[in-house]
Amino acid sequence: MARIVVITSGKGGVGKTTTSAAIATGLALAGHKTAVLDFDVGLRNLDLIMGCERRVVYDFVNVINGDANLRQALIKDKRTDNLFILPASQTRDKEALTQDGVERVLNELSQDFEFVICDSPAGIERGAMMASYFADEAIVVTNPEVSSVRDSDRMLGILASKSRRAERGESAMPARLLMTRYSPERVQKGEMLSIEDVQDILSIDLLGVIPESQAVLNASNSGVPVVLDEASDAGQAYMDAVARFLGEERPHRFTTFEKKSFFGRLFGG
Amino acid sequence: MGIFDYFRSTPPKSASVAKERLQIIVARERAHRSGPDYLPALHRELLAVIRKYVQVDDQAVQMNLEREGDCEVLELNITLPDKD
Repeated sequence: MARIVVITSGKGGVGKTTTSAAIATGLALAGHKTAVLDFDVGLRNLDLIMGCERRVVYDFVNVINGDANLRQALIKDKRTDNLFILPASQTRDKEALTQDGVERVLNELSQDFEFVICDSPAGIERGAMMASYFADEAIVVTNPEVSSVRDSDRMLGILASKSRRAERGESAMPARLLMTRYSPERVQKGEMLSIEDVQDILSIDLLGVIPESQAVLNASNSGVPVVLDEASDAGQAYMDAVARFLGEERPHRFTTFEKKSFFGRLFGG
Repeated sequence: MGIFDYFRSTPPKSASVAKERLQIIVARERAHRSGPDYLPALHRELLAVIRKYVQVDDQAVQMNLEREGDCEVLELNITLPDKD
């Protein structure tokens, strides 16, 4: 049985797809057979972030409709072993992602894979509901920004009430926070919510903190998940998050700002 | 940052403003969504019943649901208009 994990946030543009690509690649690098699924019907983008956009033949909806089987639709990643991508459909029909269909695909994937990562679209419409409904656990991606934090709280409420686990009366879906675009310097200046502030408000466990980093744009520009940029701060922070996800204890890095010396400040260095 | 910036008074911290605003709105939204679905309808009907006897405005009926362990308490606060 696979662990089904939804990467969600409510708000758009906070790094769900970047995170899905990074976590899925990290898990595969650690030797776990992993599938990453794009639930953003109509606005497919995971393929672009994973660098396999030219190899898409069949998509999620094709599999649901029986036009293709999973084996045909799953794209095997060229860089990382154990990693497969299921692209979203470009259809404008939002109803194409049926609950039965999604359940069938997830059940079939569960037999073969250790991890199934569901990249949720923004918002709380059908795609987002389907991405989270069958999940065993959630990673909530949040920027240290008011609208993102508020939407994450809303999404936590939805995860707690509108999932298969909740409807079956099972224990609440475990959800952990992944903070992205964090700038310790701005936090120290009092211009940005700190990790502690956001945790105070959302009251969930922290999986990782990804610093604001140029490496993220560089990675998406070239279609290479940022964890493969091993020298980068963001890549290392994501690998730490993956290790924690797998049960390892690791201290959080890139969360404090090194103050310049008095003389550095004096001479405007 | 030069020597003059160093002595400048500290500007207001926007992060603490953000945190305060978030705490208030998130608490309000949580209270709203954790309540049972029938609360808005109950509120409307209570208003209608009261208006059979006294003319009150929409704000006259305040409802507050509190949970203490297994016990739920629905607190109703009805403000009657001032006598002329």
